Amino acid sequence: MISFMLNNTVEQITDEQADTTLLNYLRERRKLTGTKEGCASGDCGACTVVLAELSPKQDKLHYRSVNSCVTMLSALEGKQLITVEHLADGKTLHPVQQAMIDEHGSQCGFCTPGFVMSMFALYHEEKQPDRTEVQHALSGNLCRCTGYRPIIDATLKACGNKQDDQFSRQETQTVQTLTQLQASAEKGLAELFMPTSRDELTRLRQQYPEARLVAGSTDLALEITQQWKTLPQLISLTRVEELLAVVEDDTGLTLGAAVPLTDATDALLRHSPELAELIERFASHPIRNQATLGGNVANASPIGDMPPVLLALDAVIHVDNGSARRQIPAREFFTGYRQTQLGADEWIEAIHFPKRKANSLLRAYKVSKRHEDDISAVCAVFLLELENGVISKLRTGFGGVAATPVSANDAEQQLRGLTLADKHTSQLGQSLLYNAFNPIDDVRATAQYRKLVCQNLWQRLWLEQQGSIDIRVVNHA
Amino acid sequence: MRKLVQPQGLPSPFKPTSKAGKSHPHESATRQVQGQARYIDDMPEPQGLLYGAVGISTITHGLITSMDLSAVRSFPGVVDVVTLDDVPGHTDIGAVFEGDPLLADGKVLFQGQPLFAVAATSIDAARKATQLAKVEYESLDACLSVKQARAENKTVRPVHVNLNGDPDTVLASAKNTLKGHASVGGQEHMYLEGQISLAIPEEDDRISVFASSQHPSEVQKLVAEVLDIPLNKVIVDMRRMGGGFGGKESQAAQWSCIAALLASRTGKAVKMRVPRMQDMQATGKRHPFENFYHVAFDDTGLIQAADIDVSGNCGYSPDLSDGIVDRAMFHADNAYFMGDVRVTGHRWMTNTVSHTAFRGFGGPQGMVAAEAMLDGIARKLGEDPLIIRKRNLYQDKARNVTPYGMEVEHNLIGDLIARLEESSHYWKRREEIKAYNAKSQILKKGLALTPLKFGISFTAQHLNQAGALLHIYTDGSLQISHGGTEMGQGLHTKIAQICANEFGIPVEHVEVTSTRTDKVPNTSPTAASSGTDLNGKAAQNACLSIKQRLAEFAAELTGGKAEDVVFDNQQVISGDQSWPFAEFIQKAYFARISLSSTGFYKTPKIYYDRATGTGRPFFYFAYGASVSEVTVDTLTGEYCVNQVDILHDVGNSINPALDKGQIEGGFIQGMGWLTTEELKWDAKGKLISNNPATYKIPAIGDTPPVFNVDLYPRANDEDSIYHSKAVGEPPLMLAISVWCAIKDALSSIGDYKVDPKLDTPATPEKVLMAAMALQQELGA
Repeated sequence: MISFMLNNTVEQITDEQADTTLLNYLRERRKLTGTKEGCASGDCGACTVVLAELSPKQDKLHYRSVNSCVTMLSALEGKQLITVEHLADGKTLHPVQQAMIDEHGSQCGFCTPGFVMSMFALYHEEKQPDRTEVQHALSGNLCRCTGYRPIIDATLKACGNKQDDQFSRQETQTVQTLTQLQASAEKGLAELFMPTSRDELTRLRQQYPEARLVAGSTDLALEITQQWKTLPQLISLTRVEELLAVVEDDTGLTLGAAVPLTDATDALLRHSPELAELIERFASHPIRNQATLGGNVANASPIGDMPPVLLALDAVIHVDNGSARRQIPAREFFTGYRQTQLGADEWIEAIHFPKRKANSLLRAYKVSKRHEDDISAVCAVFLLELENGVISKLRTGFGGVAATPVSANDAEQQLRGLTLADKHTSQLGQSLLYNAFNPIDDVRATAQYRKLVCQNLWQRLWLEQQGSIDIRVVNHA
Repeated sequence: MRKLVQPQGLPSPFKPTSKAGKSHPHESATRQVQGQARYIDDMPEPQGLLYGAVGISTITHGLITSMDLSAVRSFPGVVDVVTLDDVPGHTDIGAVFEGDPLLADGKVLFQGQPLFAVAATSIDAARKATQLAKVEYESLDACLSVKQARAENKTVRPVHVNLNGDPDTVLASAKNTLKGHASVGGQEHMYLEGQISLAIPEEDDRISVFASSQHPSEVQKLVAEVLDIPLNKVIVDMRRMGGGFGGKESQAAQWSCIAALLASRTGKAVKMRVPRMQDMQATGKRHPFENFYHVAFDDTGLIQAADIDVSGNCGYSPDLSDGIVDRAMFHADNAYFMGDVRVTGHRWMTNTVSHTAFRGFGGPQGMVAAEAMLDGIARKLGEDPLIIRKRNLYQDKARNVTPYGMEVEHNLIGDLIARLEESSHYWKRREEIKAYNAKSQILKKGLALTPLKFGISFTAQHLNQAGALLHIYTDGSLQISHGGTEMGQGLHTKIAQICANEFGIPVEHVEVTSTRTDKVPNTSPTAASSGTDLNGKAAQNACLSIKQRLAEFAAELTGGKAEDVVFDNQQVISGDQSWPFAEFIQKAYFARISLSSTGFYKTPKIYYDRATGTGRPFFYFAYGASVSEVTVDTLTGEYCVNQVDILHDVGNSINPALDKGQIEGGFIQGMGWLTTEELKWDAKGKLISNNPATYKIPAIGDTPPVFNVDLYPRANDEDSIYHSKAVGEPPLMLAISVWCAIKDALSSIGDYKVDPKLDTPATPEKVLMAAMALQQELGA
């Protein structure tokens, strides 16, 4: 049984299949057709809904926009699902809805419910957003009609003059209801399992060896919605306590594999503030609200944006099978196209990022056709440790240039011992990186472009150290 | 700035008390923001509804040697499976010319072509069943590019030429000439609501179809032909589309025909909703073009002659390509007089999906050729491109005839550019950018102002007609039906404003119905930007005929004159007497006056003689200009648009907010077309940019942080509805200034003396390659 609030009503789901997406549940079972299907792949945001969940202290609500087309029903457990039909308070529209009308933010209207829900989630963030923050919050919503200007204005207007809405007025009541829901013992569906501990997970994996593991579901769901596969059994990892820990200590940062990226961001940025741009450009806001670091590593996609970070930071993957844990350096983890060292009975428990040296310099670059919500043509991450301006250690990670996430080993070795500021260091690095990989031509870029970008991103890093040269078309934090 | 002169003594057509001429929210906005605006997939489902799906080809060109559908038929939930053999009537659904089989006719003409269709009790079952087909093919050589089609002389329609004077002689003897080539990419529509249709069998052989279509009348005709029944047995209903952009002009019909075929066979309602990836594979896009030009000009950059060749990649069938390539030809001059000129338009056949209408309908692709040419001349002479552009604009007296022999009357472009040049501080920013680029090693800024002149009217003369049907009910409320379709552009809002203005009543008292073939027959597609021009006039004419009856009745009551009766401020006023509108309507009802009327309109003045390639294909031109400023990273080719300033001509705006929405939205869509939206097919002809993860339309961060849009304040000189101008398509082409600005930034690498070769879409990759090519050329 999955217990949740659908808008203001407590509901239970008992007889759905494991691979039913939240969007299909809403539209087909509940006939709540305000939420739209634009792409069924988490790329357009027409299906955006909001999940309100208890804050860590369980005294408040946190509102999270998600793409319902790539969300499994397990994500609803113990939460309030808010859909576009419910935002208006009787005949009074929610301020974000009213602003969309006043600013002429809808034309064909098909993307509008999704935008409204992303705006609503932003409305419930504590601070008043500026234009950049509005763009980040709406980065997962595509509009083909308006050109976005009126939507940006509507969001700024609504969020610039926030007042209590029915949700904030009912917050205490909702918190109480959700707290009560937590007490219910039975979680999950007949074939959608929701273990809460390592032991339970271990038992389920032994009992159902064919069941697929799912965390954020933003990648796995594509097998259902794009390849039309049937996934009869799923084990959701999102409530397994051991996979949710975030530990920051003297050894560095250890991030539970099932922590959504949004929730991991603060800790990641405390560890490496230079990752701000890359994280913000990792898919879109609603995807990051669900997607996990563990998933991005386990699926071993050569175009994932976090594996290059892991490689450059010498991260260590903690894996487990319920009886034995082992640690695999990220640099040894990826063995082939979408293949890893992960055993058939194993799962990723956490990822450990070793503490950075004080003199280290990190640069993470993503180059893609579109700035927001796009997959990298090349993702390049460099970690340099410097002693008196001399490179004492170089670690790299690249995405989009090989069948796996990969490091540039020759460059790492041959640039060590060189003075960073020397022009020679720039030139040698460029030539090593140009020749480091044999990428392929595909829909995102040609092999030649990828090689040139690898080369030129080293030049960019080098130039950035030269001081005040304008180097980026978009400035980041 | 000098004051604008309005067309002679034209008073405002808008009543001060009415909301026409003022910004008013989209008629569906309140429902849209609450998820209450119903699209076809949101309609309550009829009992026993079946769901349709199609199986598509996995090769690009070849013969189907066997198609075993037994596993498809036996899949749980499947009720019916059809191939082309099961079609009782016409098997070809080509919009203008034949060539588009409903389902493959033993031959595969492109990869992704629907081969068979399934109806099942769930959408999941229907789609999964299609995966079980066993199809065997004999592959044939495929034609995959304009270059190959040219070599093999494969066309879907004959070549057409516009010739004015003797360009060959001038080109041969000219002092300065330039030859160039630009590849212009196509564009996926990416309407957020994919293709969908719901067919409901009615009594006997009648059928109702709910279609997400810009052309309900064509859907009606094709459904009738496929089912082999008369047109009067088919009703097509279209309330709203979740975006169309041309992609649902001709190519929405296929899905309705398939749904109708399955519905008529099973006796059950069938909903055919195409999943996004199939939608992108199986429906046509904006035509990719290859443009070549050869131009002669004097030492000041004034064009003396031009020979322009535009080559459309039409895909496997004619579809609408004849009109599209014609429109590319009609806009290869953009706003410039080119002296002795030849424009040749080719319609090449390739084994790709049949390319189709897309906002601008070929015009944008032709216009890119003109702007490429102007940039080339400017760089060759070392002049600022704006100087050269201004120098070549069509003039009022001489130098005012297009290559197709149409005189450019009421030309606004010179004044419009002058105003924008000033308001955007073009020259000040030009100096600042030059100074910045001189100092900036990696980043380069670019600036460009491009003009726009776009011809308004369907180039197929017969389509320039429209009908409307108006009812007034006894409570004084109005219901208007017309032939146009609502796809987000705000057509229904404007129609309601027009009716409200005519009767002097609140716009809220006017209800615009869904577009139905049984309300208004034989309609034209909502396309060519003509929705308001045509249907607005038809609706107004319907209003005028009822007003005439009411006025005569009022005059009769007061002994006044019918022509003096006034409808304003919810009153009907005749002499000293006045009645509240609703009360007067009741009075008229009791007096047995008809409160229902049709309205009809046909565009005057237009004609085109294909034999001579001359005529007046357009009622008027819409003008505009834009200034774009970009910053380009020469290490990666990444760029951003910093600022855009637009001045655009919509005549008397019926709704400034909606018009501004069309301008901004069209601009961003055009920017996507020219920058990040890259269609890619693999070497075997498979579309690999087949979902929104691999095909990137602009996202919210791509909207320029400074985006100034103003309306040029002047009424249309022609007698269009309230002297407004069409606005749907033209603004898309304002985005050409982004492409030119990127080229300008690159050109700074060579001190503005070299014209960079930059095909579209100008992806970061293409920009980097262009920058490197320039650096090499300069180094060499």
